Amino acid sequence: MIRALLFWLTLSCPAFASEAIVAGLSQNRVAITADFNGSEILIYGAVKRDAPAPKGPMHVIITVEGPKIPVIVRKKARRFGIYVNDESVQISSAPSFYAVATTGRLAETLSETENLRHRITLPLVIRPVGISTQAEDAPDFVAATIRIREKEDRYRLEERSVQFTEATLFRADVDLPANLSEGLYQVRVFLTRDGQVVDRFDQQINVRKAGLERFLFNMSREQPLIYGLLSLLIAVVAGWAASAAFRQMKR
Amino acid sequence: MQIYLPIAELSVNAFLLLGIGGVVGFLSGLFGVGGGFLITPLLFFIGIPPAIAVATGANQVVASSISGVLAQLKRKAVDFPMGFVLLAGGLVGSFIGVWVFARLTAAGQVDLFVQLSYVLFLGGIGLTMFWESVGALRRSSKPGAPIRRSHTHNWVHGLPFKMKFRASGLYISVLPPLAVGALVGFLAAIMGVGGGFIMVPAMIYLLGMPTKVVIGTSLFQIIFVTAFTTIMHAVTANTVDMMLAVLLILGGVIGAQLGAQVSGRLRAEQLRILLSLLVLGVAVKIAADLLLRPAELYTITPGVLP
Repeated sequence: MIRALLFWLTLSCPAFASEAIVAGLSQNRVAITADFNGSEILIYGAVKRDAPAPKGPMHVIITVEGPKIPVIVRKKARRFGIYVNDESVQISSAPSFYAVATTGRLAETLSETENLRHRITLPLVIRPVGISTQAEDAPDFVAATIRIREKEDRYRLEERSVQFTEATLFRADVDLPANLSEGLYQVRVFLTRDGQVVDRFDQQINVRKAGLERFLFNMSREQPLIYGLLSLLIAVVAGWAASAAFRQMKR
Repeated sequence: MQIYLPIAELSVNAFLLLGIGGVVGFLSGLFGVGGGFLITPLLFFIGIPPAIAVATGANQVVASSISGVLAQLKRKAVDFPMGFVLLAGGLVGSFIGVWVFARLTAAGQVDLFVQLSYVLFLGGIGLTMFWESVGALRRSSKPGAPIRRSHTHNWVHGLPFKMKFRASGLYISVLPPLAVGALVGFLAAIMGVGGGFIMVPAMIYLLGMPTKVVIGTSLFQIIFVTAFTTIMHAVTANTVDMMLAVLLILGGVIGAQLGAQVSGRLRAEQLRILLSLLVLGVAVKIAADLLLRPAELYTITPGVLP
């Protein structure tokens, strides 16, 4: 019993672990400018050891998670011959982006209990609090959320996309898509042995709109009336300029 | 060249937007309509969220209507008193429309309501216009056929609060134009359209206005109603995307001028048949979306259920 407890302590607390992880990101800031077309983040690192490497397969799991926001999932049903939104389910927190990259097949890389503890795979990241009371087939709504966002490239699982060299160095490229939303992106790097998490490393990427995008977005929220009037002014000037220009050309 | 839209929060090809603006502008110049009924469904189609498509579509219609009304002003084809009466009704209609739009967005039925409005109005107008132009084309090929009188007395002339509209040569009650204006304002807010396709027939057949002042007067009031709608959407829901609007407008105003030049070379009846087919095509496409089982039954919207 005591031996088991000690064993568990050694594995779960990084301070006692014989292996630790050091990692870095190519950038911890992403600016969304007008010509933003996605961004590639390089995540690299090494495994640090005080003692000879223990036995058992070693793996690295990297997760990148966008800001979590509440979403409403609606299901269409046929009513009076046409398809209309019928049942709806509130998911209190779903990340706008979630990518998992691993060195091996996820099932071999991570045990079920460790997955539950660190909330690594998607169904655990989306926290469907109390949705079973909202609809009969509530789990279908969560599955649909994952399916739709996978199609939009917002959610992905990339097994074997992290490369190991010399059993100590690793690197992974994570593509942030063009339909990125703003906020703090959490990057987690897990080192596992025999499916148990040995160490983890946390870092953030700050994704912000910049330049014109920042200016327009802020104005639309803080000065909506002026923003609306400015939009109109552009329309008025463009409409007038076009008819004036073409009148000139006709002459 | 990809461009990131700050309000819609997605990246779209800039030339695609310029192209959509240009094609719709060309058609609007060709047929003398605002083109909102085409641009809003096209924006849905490329993945712009409906609320943003409707609000930004209204902003785009402002630009194309101004471009059009300036041309009409030169021909003195704008009835200002009539324009202001229609406008008074239009502002009320637009105000109610924006309110209803916000309510339906919260209830998750806004897409359905917008789609139903499109099918109903475009379908109805398209069929009527098609029927009418085919009839006109047949009459013109048969000389000696009786010409229909454009000025007939009907129930509209029995209503109170009469007013003189000199440019139109009318002495009628202000109630019908107020009602027509309100309906168009409501549609502008819900569908992101100027409502020219419903305003023009209503002015000709319901109010009995002469055709030469119809287009100018309808464009005149559409400018103000869509401008009001743009501001309302910007203030109540922050759904106007300026970056998107600029690209659509840029393509649109150039296309509109080119369209206006081509329109001089085609016959009026042929133009109307083409326009009615276009309108019917959009209506059929949207109706099919409602009737056929969608590939994905679920949709995701950020937000909290009320």
